[in-house]
This record gives sequence, structure tokens and C-alpha cells, in this order.
Amino acid sequence: MTEPRSADFPHAAREVLQDSQLRRNVAHATDVIRNKRDRVVAECSSWQDLRDAGSAIRQHVLRHLDQYLLQFESACTQAGGQVHWAADAADANRILLDLLVRHNAREIVKIKSMTTEEIGLNRSLAAHGIAAVETDLAELIIQLGRDQPSHIVVPALHKNRRQIRDLFQREMHLDSLGDTAEDLTAAARQYLRQKFFSASVAVSGANFLIAETGSVVIVESEGNGRMCLTLPRVLVSIAGIEKVIPRYRDLDVFLQTLPRSATGERMNPYNSIWTGVHSGDGPQEFHVILLDNGRSRILRDPEAQQTLKCIRCGACQNVCPVYRQTGGHAYRSVYAGPIGAILTPQLHRLQEGASLPYASSLCGACYEVCPVKIDIPEVLIHLRGQVVRKQQATLTGKLGAWNLGMQLAAQIFVSGDRLALAETLGRLGQRPFVRSSGFIERLPFMFSGWTRFRDLAPLPAESFREWWAKRSTTP
Amino acid sequence: MTARDTILRSIQENLRAAERLAGPGPGPGSGGDDLISRLYREAAPRTPADRLALFEHNLRDYEAGVAYASPNTIAEAVACSLAARSLTRIAIPGGLPAEWLPSGFLFEPADDCDPTALETFQGVLTACTLAIAETGTIVLQSAPGQGPRRLSLVPDYHLCVVFDRQIVDTVPEAFVRLAASATLPTTFISGPSATSDIEMTRVRGVHGPRTLEIILAKS
Repeated sequence: MTEPRSADFPHAAREVLQDSQLRRNVAHATDVIRNKRDRVVAECSSWQDLRDAGSAIRQHVLRHLDQYLLQFESACTQAGGQVHWAADAADANRILLDLLVRHNAREIVKIKSMTTEEIGLNRSLAAHGIAAVETDLAELIIQLGRDQPSHIVVPALHKNRRQIRDLFQREMHLDSLGDTAEDLTAAARQYLRQKFFSASVAVSGANFLIAETGSVVIVESEGNGRMCLTLPRVLVSIAGIEKVIPRYRDLDVFLQTLPRSATGERMNPYNSIWTGVHSGDGPQEFHVILLDNGRSRILRDPEAQQTLKCIRCGACQNVCPVYRQTGGHAYRSVYAGPIGAILTPQLHRLQEGASLPYASSLCGACYEVCPVKIDIPEVLIHLRGQVVRKQQATLTGKLGAWNLGMQLAAQIFVSGDRLALAETLGRLGQRPFVRSSGFIERLPFMFSGWTRFRDLAPLPAESFREWWAKRSTTP
Repeated sequence: MTARDTILRSIQENLRAAERLAGPGPGPGSGGDDLISRLYREAAPRTPADRLALFEHNLRDYEAGVAYASPNTIAEAVACSLAARSLTRIAIPGGLPAEWLPSGFLFEPADDCDPTALETFQGVLTACTLAIAETGTIVLQSAPGQGPRRLSLVPDYHLCVVFDRQIVDTVPEAFVRLAASATLPTTFISGPSATSDIEMTRVRGVHGPRTLEIILAKS
């Protein structure tokens, strides 16, 4: 593995698990969203049919992605939009920077977007002296606290009211501030209002691009999205190439499944749909940057390409027994939770995030809730296979204890006689390790991880197969 | 080679590679869309009264106010709502029916106002394109009677008139009706602006209007 050990999931998780405040906040937030989601999904009599349709539409798009992107480009351009293509993060940042320099923008307003997080947009702009103001309340909390988002939909769920009050008071230079959610929300409204009114450029992500009409869709709650989309003179939307859907009417599926899955609402407060530029209403200059950044390569793998069906609702995170313990930070990636565990390693060709496919108990809850039916457990196992094969391709990996051990195990499990022999040897070999409690409490070397948090029952004196053989010969 | 060519070629090559591994999928020209199962419920057989009751319930559930009127008493209902909050100076879009406007208030056409000017109004009165009962949603478009998007965004109070014939049951029905005007700037509004970002407590009114009231005009 090329990444440092400190960045892999088990090490990062051990660190964050020490923070009991974070764990309480994550548990509370995920519980609240889960319960709300379950309630509004139960109201929806054709939920499984909606999942099927959503999955089919997204799968269909991926199979014909080039054609739908070209159709989107043509329709958007016809409506007065300008479409740019960015092969990687550096491309996207350069295109945006050129636009901002041309408009002489020193400060821009931004809508929360995973894609801009992925390309490190804020850092790139800051390096050129341009401030990107996050306008989503949670993102504002993250930005003012110089913190990292911990959830796709509620990025600041690891912070509680008192922590936010202290942060706002310090960063907004307020003499006094209450710590109710209302007080804090009002402070953010006040702080951002003048920024919305004076910014000349806004940057957004996109929830969907509609090939048929060339429209872009943003789903949000607070109205900061509407402010950014309608007040500044110039709007730049940065979207992953997989965000396209074929037709306007396909939105009827996703506008039923996305709000319910993401925030547990029948419909989130605001959805905006716009097409190019419209005289007298909204920005008079509109750009879309289509970002690849490793996505097209994911299409190559027939089993794993379903990862790109994702509509970024975050439902898989809220039900994941691993995520619910660690929160998002342990994943050391913009994309956390089960979807992050399959998306991150693929975006980075396993150069980063190779430990993430193992950050799962494979319980399958993520698949059950996924509104586009991504079989995350299947992809996790598939990626584990790739990680192993990649390790086997190196000399140290091939001759490493794990690989030799697994190869040996494979040789043993193919035959009953070999298994019986291994059991006999195991019973002899385990003797020095069995304590007076009757359990193995500590194993050496590569096996030590197994006994770090639990005792291991020793191999019994008689195996099941031996017992069975005796039982059937002596009726 | 431009980034556009690079990306398109990469998509095509990788899709072809995946096809070789897994076998071809259905083509788009060969009725690909027919293969998308659309078994989900598109309509709901509700009586007009049930539809109206459901719409009202969902509006209230997301903290929008609701008042009733008949098509020829809209002005009275508007006066009633504004007076209850002591609002007098109200922005209106071009093309709003004059008979909706009661006397005793200051209604000013504000389609051309910039945000700073809009901020000086106490509220805004608009019509809508349609409404969805099952989600408690009103849909506004850049059209006469509804105005540009900033009009219903910047003032802190939004009063919207909805006729019962404008209400559909389901989201799919809404998209059928919206298809003809799909490329107009469109906003789905479900309750007032809200956030649950702080300890998952729902708080009303972050940046959009903190109060949303609907006048239901029943014929």
C-alpha cells in the first residue's frame, strides 16, 4: 500500500473512537434521520417500484453516458449556458479560476457540494487570493471551525449547539449569542445576507443534469442555494459526469426518493430547476463544468460500475453499524460511510482508501436503504478481491505472511483429509496458548489482532466431522 | 486532444471494455427507455375534497399557514392574512390579477427590483403554476403572476394563492403538467426555508422567507 499507515481506516477509527462527544452526536443525528426516513418511506406505497425505476434509469445512463453528456451539452448550450469539460481536479480548478479572474472576483458564494470538496476547490482558490464563502449552515460551521465534514447531508453533525455558539461568537465577532438552534440560525442569516447581495459569482454543485432539456437541478433546504442560484450575475455549476439523467420526467422518481432518503422529508423545502440563462431572472452568465476525475475509469469494471448510480443521499451512512460508531472522519475521504468505502478506492485506483472496503461488517443494511439499489456489499467484496490481487502482484505481498497463510488455508479447505490433519496439528499447536480460563487470551504475531479485544475459544478435542463419523457408525 | 475528447473517449473505451467482460447492455436507440420499469404509482384516485384535505395537512405539517377563500373572495383573504401580521408594503409580480389586491395596502410591482430593494418590502404575494398534495409543495415558475425567482426569495413573508384545480395528487402528475414549460426557471417550495443542521432540530427560515402562507381558493 502506498498510503501511510496512519491514514488507513483501522488506525483513523481508533483515534476518533476516543472522542465520546463526537460519538454521541453522530449516534443522535443518524438516529433522528433514520426514524424520519422510515416514517416517510412507509407512507410511500410503491417504494420498491421507485427504487427499481431509479436504479434502472441510473444504470441506463451509465451504459450510454457519452451520448447523454453530448445531448446535455447541446441542450444547455442552446439555452445560453456554457459547458466546459474537466478531465481531473486540476482542470476543473483551472477553468473556474480563469472565469473568476476574468470577472475580477475576490470573494464568491458557494452552495454545499461534495464535488467541489473532492477537487479541493476552496484551497485552490485561496492559493490565488480568492475567498469561497460556504453558505450552507453546516458548511459554514465547518468552514469557520477549519474542520472537516463528517456526513454527506449533515456535514456538521459532530458539533453540538454549545460548540457552534462558541465558534460563531468568536468568528463573527458577536458580543453575545444564545445557544438555541434558532439563535444560531438567525446569526448565520445575518452574517451571510450581505455576502449574497454583493457577490458577483456563485459556485454550486448539481444534483442532476437533464440531458433532454439541458437543465440543472439543485435540491436544498435553507434557501442559501436559491440565493446563490439567482442573485449573483455569474453562476458556475460543477458536476460529476455521472450526474446526468435522460429526461425531465425522470426527475419524478428522484424527487420522490432523494428527499425521503436524505433528510426524511416528503419533499425538501426548495428544489431549483433552471435551463441556461433566462432574461430578467437569475444569472446572465452560466457555466457548467463536467468533471471526470476518475469516474469514466470506474465504468470499466462491470461489477463495480454501479457505484456511479449514487445520488448522494447519505442513507447508507445512517444505517451503517460501522459509520454509526466512527462518524465520517475515520474514512479520511470526502466520501464516507458505505458509499465512500466503495467510491473512494475506485476514484483513486486503490492508491488511496485501500483499507476502506474492509470497513464493513457486510450486514447489507446499506443496500436495503439505497434508493438506486447499489449492491454495496457485493462491490465491497469485489474490491477486497482487487486489493488482495494488487498485494499479490508485489514481491513483498506475495511472500508476506498473510498471503502465504491464505494460500495455505486455500490448500487445506479443498480436502476433508487435509482439514482433519490441520485440526490435529492445530490442537497440538494451540496448547501453550490456552489459559486456565479455558480460552486463548493472547495470540502472537499476525494473529494478535484477533485476541486484542476478545478471547478465542480453542479448537475442541473432537471436531464436528469426527463426532459425526462416530455417531453414524455406532447407531 | 481536448479534455472533452479525452473524457468522451475514456467513457467509450471503458464501456466497451466492460461490455467485453459482461456482455452488451440494451442500446439507447433500440427502445432503451422501454426497458426502464415504471411500475411505481403515478396517480392516486382521490376525491377533490380528500386531495384538498391532504394538501392542507402536509402544508401544516411543514409549518406553512393555510387560509381558505372562494375565487371571488381572494382579496378579502389577502387582506386578512396581511392585517394579521400588520404588513402593509408588499411586492407583487407583473401579471398578478388586480382583483386579488385589497385596498388599504401598498402593492408595488417588483419584477425589476434588485435584492437590496426587495429586502425593503415586508412581504410578497404571488400565484403559482401548480401544487402537489402528497408532498405539500407549491411550484413557482418565471411567469406572469409569479415573477422572477428572487421575488419570492428575498422578502421575509411569502403569501401564495393556489386554486383547487391547480392541485395534483402526486409528483409524477406534476411532471406531466410541467412538461410544456420545463425550461422556465422553476422552484418547488415545500414549507418555509428550514434547516436541521444543528443537533437535528428543525428551525424555520434560514435564508428564504421565514413565513409561508397559502390561500386555497376553492371553487
